[in-house]
Amino acid sequence: MKNEFKVIANLIEKDKRVLDVGCGDGTLMKFLKDNKNVDCRGMEISKNKVQKCIEKGLTVIEGNAEKDLIQFPDKSFDYAVLSQTLQAFLDPELVINELLRVGKKAIVTIPNFGYWKVRLHLLTKGTMPITKTLPDEWYNTTNLHMCTIKDFVYFVKSRNFKIFKSLALNDKNVTLINNSNLGFKNLIADLGIFLIEK
Amino acid sequence: MNKELKLKTLLVQKPLKLDCGKIIQNFPIAYETYGSLNEKKNNAILAFHALTGDQFVTGTNPITKKDGWWSYAVGPNKAIDTNKYFVICSNVIGGCMGSYGPSHQDPDTKKIFGANFPVITINDMVNAQYNLLEHFGIEKLFSVVGGSMGGMQVLQFVSNFPNKAITAVPIACTSSHSAQNIALNELGRQAITADTNWSEGNYNIENKNPNKGLAVARMAAHITYLSKKGLQEKFGRKLQERDDLKFGFDADFQIESYLRYQGSVFVDRFDANSYLYITRAMDYFDLAKRFNNNLSDAFKKTKTKFFIISFTSDWLYPTQENKDIVIALNAIGVDVGFVEIESDKGHDSFLLDVPDFLNTLKNFLNKSYLNN
Repeated sequence: MKNEFKVIANLIEKDKRVLDVGCGDGTLMKFLKDNKNVDCRGMEISKNKVQKCIEKGLTVIEGNAEKDLIQFPDKSFDYAVLSQTLQAFLDPELVINELLRVGKKAIVTIPNFGYWKVRLHLLTKGTMPITKTLPDEWYNTTNLHMCTIKDFVYFVKSRNFKIFKSLALNDKNVTLINNSNLGFKNLIADLGIFLIEK
Repeated sequence: MNKELKLKTLLVQKPLKLDCGKIIQNFPIAYETYGSLNEKKNNAILAFHALTGDQFVTGTNPITKKDGWWSYAVGPNKAIDTNKYFVICSNVIGGCMGSYGPSHQDPDTKKIFGANFPVITINDMVNAQYNLLEHFGIEKLFSVVGGSMGGMQVLQFVSNFPNKAITAVPIACTSSHSAQNIALNELGRQAITADTNWSEGNYNIENKNPNKGLAVARMAAHITYLSKKGLQEKFGRKLQERDDLKFGFDADFQIESYLRYQGSVFVDRFDANSYLYITRAMDYFDLAKRFNNNLSDAFKKTKTKFFIISFTSDWLYPTQENKDIVIALNAIGVDVGFVEIESDKGHDSFLLDVPDFLNTLKNFLNKSYLNN
């Protein structure tokens, strides 16, 4: 299981109710279910990945987070998880609001466009950056709204959401992000992980 | 129907109050079982059939000599694995395969009911079938499963008996018959009753049969079970055993010939009055009605784990209507999964060889059984 999921799993206590939005093949859900006795639900848009979840015995709803989160009542989950998908929505702000409505807390991870390799790629090559977390070309990427760790922190603050934890992930390295090191972490992390609440 | 064949039946002695207000008792429910009930009696699946189905889910139907209606899904090592599960299916009341219906004798008049059989509902069908649980001494079913009208019965079952099934799989169905659904059923009923042989429902007594009307009803309904794309691919404008149009009203096109055939084989196995009664029951189905139109309230007490399946090309009970059930269940935190299967085989997809569907069903049941 990728390091990102281990970090997310560490943020979630035992016996909680979790909604994994864009749950993919269900790897994280399966881990949470097996290791933390979490009551997990997933939402996934890809039919193929939905099948993978069902093969794992997971409860999954085929759907689109931008349209289908509305069916869940307020605060019906302890955590709503959104892993590396925010940038692919037409309206990321709406999705964040929905996550914070259905979940008591939300865990959001973003591929960091401020990562030094991304910046260097653009600076030296002058073409759209391609990295491990951003593997696609500009013409076939599903990403519509790329942001940096700094952008996300500013956004969350501007909406007066509470940030419980901000983590910078670089390969196997997980470090805390705070006000004083934000600029630096924005440079060295390729992924940001945030635990937030409305 | 076929009188020589011995059908398994349960004679329900307890009175059952129908939604129409009438009380029936000492009525038969014809059923069939597949696989074997384990010692703990926790491997039973109650399968509900659709409009024209019967208790013969799989194997060879002894009446029609054809494969059972859900042969693709039910059997050893299949999606509903009869090596593992004990599958029970019964003919709905109002039906014509041995369960209490319009071709039975009215105990009061000693005449065949015909159109004097009480109008039954999906709720009545489910309440009648519930007696099978007691008959087999099953405290809790592992699953209730069904497509189309079978799916409606699944929903009704969980609503009526919130603690009697561990899992529920309503497939290609709706919680409420739409105006379009009712309209299509009415078309079929009008075809039957317009046939003079119908004789106000007394054709059995008069030794007649409204075969033409019933065949037309079946033909019209059959179109609704298929998708435009599926029909086009299978038939297109292909001609039936001729090189050119004949400028007449014979079956020039293969699709015409196919529909006529479907109509003609249907009348051999189905009773016209049953068709009227069962389509009526479907039209009356509106699960939320008793709950002030709040569908969630219909499931409020349940702990049953749901899995809802729809098909992309099903325009009779489209994905959105299936999704509405998912939404209602999620609103009250019921454990519900949902998947829309890609298929161009229309509403009938659930009865056909659609591997994605069959695998999904198999995975859901087997994983739930393991975790059970």
